[in-house]
Amino acid sequence: MRSVGLRRALVALGILIGAWLLVPTLIVIPISFSGEDSFAFPPSSWSLRHYETFFTEPSWLNALLVSIQLAVIVTVVATLLGTAAAFALSRTAFRGRGVLNGLFLAPLIVPGIVVAVAVYAAFLQWGLIGTPVGFIIAHTVLAIPFVTVNVGSALGGFDRTLERAAASLGASAPATFRAVTLPLIMPGVLSGAVFAFVTSFDEVVVSIFVQSPQLQTLPVRMFTSVTNEVDPTIAAAATVVVTLTTALLTLAATLRRTRA
Amino acid sequence: MVSVSSAGTAAVAPAPPAVSRTRRAGRALLLLALPAVIVLGVFFVVPAIRLAWLSVSTPELGIGNYTGLATDGVVVTVVLRTLGMAAVVTVLCVLCAYPYAYLMTIVGPRWRAVLTALVLLPFWTSLMARTFAWVVLLQDTGVVNALLAAVGLGPTRLLGTTAGVSIAMAQVMLPFMVLPVYAAMRGIDRRLVDAAMGLGARPINAFLRVYLPLSLRGVAAGATLVMVLSLGFYVTPSLVGSPQQSMLAQLISVQVNQLLNFGAAGALAVTLLVVTLVLVAGVQRLTRTGGAPAALVGGTAS
Repeated sequence: MRSVGLRRALVALGILIGAWLLVPTLIVIPISFSGEDSFAFPPSSWSLRHYETFFTEPSWLNALLVSIQLAVIVTVVATLLGTAAAFALSRTAFRGRGVLNGLFLAPLIVPGIVVAVAVYAAFLQWGLIGTPVGFIIAHTVLAIPFVTVNVGSALGGFDRTLERAAASLGASAPATFRAVTLPLIMPGVLSGAVFAFVTSFDEVVVSIFVQSPQLQTLPVRMFTSVTNEVDPTIAAAATVVVTLTTALLTLAATLRRTRA
Repeated sequence: MVSVSSAGTAAVAPAPPAVSRTRRAGRALLLLALPAVIVLGVFFVVPAIRLAWLSVSTPELGIGNYTGLATDGVVVTVVLRTLGMAAVVTVLCVLCAYPYAYLMTIVGPRWRAVLTALVLLPFWTSLMARTFAWVVLLQDTGVVNALLAAVGLGPTRLLGTTAGVSIAMAQVMLPFMVLPVYAAMRGIDRRLVDAAMGLGARPINAFLRVYLPLSLRGVAAGATLVMVLSLGFYVTPSLVGSPQQSMLAQLISVQVNQLLNFGAAGALAVTLLVVTLVLVAGVQRLTRTGGAPAALVGGTAS
């Protein structure tokens, strides 16, 4: 009897905590379809006008396009660099390997604000503030660890005898990599690429410091919107971001499962 | 030991070249890591070192910035507030994550998938979107105040207060606590608890003396993560809180953006970084995991 009561209490608590986790994530969706000029929830009228503003007003639309373009470039660069690095690190034993591993994980551990201020001070001197190159570099630094972690774990669960078999049949090292290794670690590479895209697309803190009024990413535009204005267009922006990132990360999760 | 030059026979000759060939191939392979190492070195390590250097060289050489911070009443208040807030958020997260993770271990596979999805969804979705949602939920006419009024507690001012910031931050941090706690609980052998009860322990004692200690490793890992992330949290405190109640990350940002005081900002950043690294190193030693704490990989909170 007592344990049944306990279990019920636990379930009730679980539902409450689940709602607490879920509601703030999804509430932006109904707000984005409201017809009001405020953040009233629940809205008393419904319309698509916030989406219309989002996709027509230059400051929002440009921010969206900048974010997508940056994320695509960062994904390509970070995936290439990160995959090559993960491959090299998993296939060679040498002293100082721990240091290199640490280097590849550091951007995940160092607080965002510390990275932001350090990058800001350096980029100010190097003339990279408010430039596309500055954004690409800053986001690539943050995205590389996600690629090395994903590709590294794909390489870890990988049967090396397949490579030796290819080599013993006369395949050169690059040919073995292309024909055997790469296809087998592809799910890891792709999910690393998705994480790289989302990292760039979603990044706020470093972007706030690297931005200029002429070149803003969508999260920065959203940040200034919450700080300076009461503009429900941000709800439409948030819904677009949530939908896009959730779709992409579901894809990554599916890729991971197929790998296992 | 047979050196290559003295062993001139065909029988032993092939072995050493094979070894040096793999070693050379290994070294060539290492070159593949070079572009990434250069990018991280030039655009991450160098800026970090430059910032640390600025903290002891601007405006003049010495530890003036650090002693300045330690004696500045405002800075001390902000640091204490940040520590207090991080502690409150951590406790809130432990209190919510422990029963939630426990529930995950006792339900069937289907419900476990649902509970996991509820943790992973906010873990993965945009921090800006969630923070904006909290601004809406916590406003004076918002849903949280309506709920508080319904149970006779409201209306209360939440937006711009430390209470509001704690509620929003704890929700953002909760996945970082649930995942390690669940990972630790999943590894606990249930038969140990059964054995304790079989030997006559009451359920509460079996839980307190067998299950709880075994799960503490996950709690420690999660608590450290949440603590570390909370100390450097910028976005949510900036938008849900108020400048009067600012936290460490905002103070750093003000030093840079409004006062252009890179020396003081650098000193604050270095202090935050050192605290973070000490905490992370501590938890790694505690949980004996190689590499980054698993939950750090794949989340968006800063």
